[in-house]
Amino acid sequence: MMEIGLNHYLVLSTILFAIGLIGVMRRKNLLMLFFATEILLNAVNVGFAAISHYYGDLTGQMFAFFVIAIAASELAVGLGLLIVWHKRHGTIDLDTMSSMRG
Amino acid sequence: MFEAVAFYLFAFLTITMFYITVTTAQALYALSALAAGMIFISAFFFILGADFLGAVQIIVYTGAVMALYAFGMMFFDTTREVKEKNGNKYIVVGLSVLAAVMIVAIFSAPIISTNMQAFYPMIEGAGNTQMVGMVLFTKYLVPFEVAAIMLLVAMVAGIVLAGKKMDLSLTLLNAEEIQEIEDEKNKKVLS
Repeated sequence: MMEIGLNHYLVLSTILFAIGLIGVMRRKNLLMLFFATEILLNAVNVGFAAISHYYGDLTGQMFAFFVIAIAASELAVGLGLLIVWHKRHGTIDLDTMSSMRG
Repeated sequence: MFEAVAFYLFAFLTITMFYITVTTAQALYALSALAAGMIFISAFFFILGADFLGAVQIIVYTGAVMALYAFGMMFFDTTREVKEKNGNKYIVVGLSVLAAVMIVAIFSAPIISTNMQAFYPMIEGAGNTQMVGMVLFTKYLVPFEVAAIMLLVAMVAGIVLAGKKMDLSLTLLNAEEIQEIEDEKNKKVLS
């Protein structure tokens, strides 16, 4: 109980990932959907860092860095597209985006 | 002992913050809860001895990503309540937990099946930042540069997409010019 092992971190990672997935499934607003995606990426990062620590391997930390870089660039492009959509249609609800032709 | 206390404390705080993020109907509450959750996540990195990763987490997520969200939210109407998809709650929760457990199983399958060996082991007598630098700039140099190019592309895309007509300031125009812009907008909507 008092000794924190790899399993503790993996369970925590699972819980955070499940919370993120619940957010992805129940959100309609695209901005809130982005928040849930950030939670997913962070949950995976915790798992990577824990495995890296308990096996004395730096690869997990490296992958966590690249995940952070990808999260940042995804956010920049996604928010730009969202602003364009909001300027045109005045809403960022997911249900209004059923057609491809703007 | 202290490790255990810190782990349970920050686990509780992180889960609470992220739960608020996915359940609240107010966009501003979600944003601030997410920022707090990101800070608490960095505590795990510090506990695990990944100091550089923890510092990067705070700088990138709460410094850059949250600031970008905050600026982005100024464009949107965030004061009104967010509408939710009202599907079957049990299906949503069940599917989420199932998928999360699957992901962890994928991660932990090689650990259980074989005795895993460190690919790039920790270097003796070097701090965490030094170790990260040694591995990142030798073994992972190409992915590092590719990530740099990807960030550049993302920056250009963000400027191009969001920066349209940003040089136009309504406060600096007089009444006739604003009227002209409005007319043009109405014409576009009607046609």
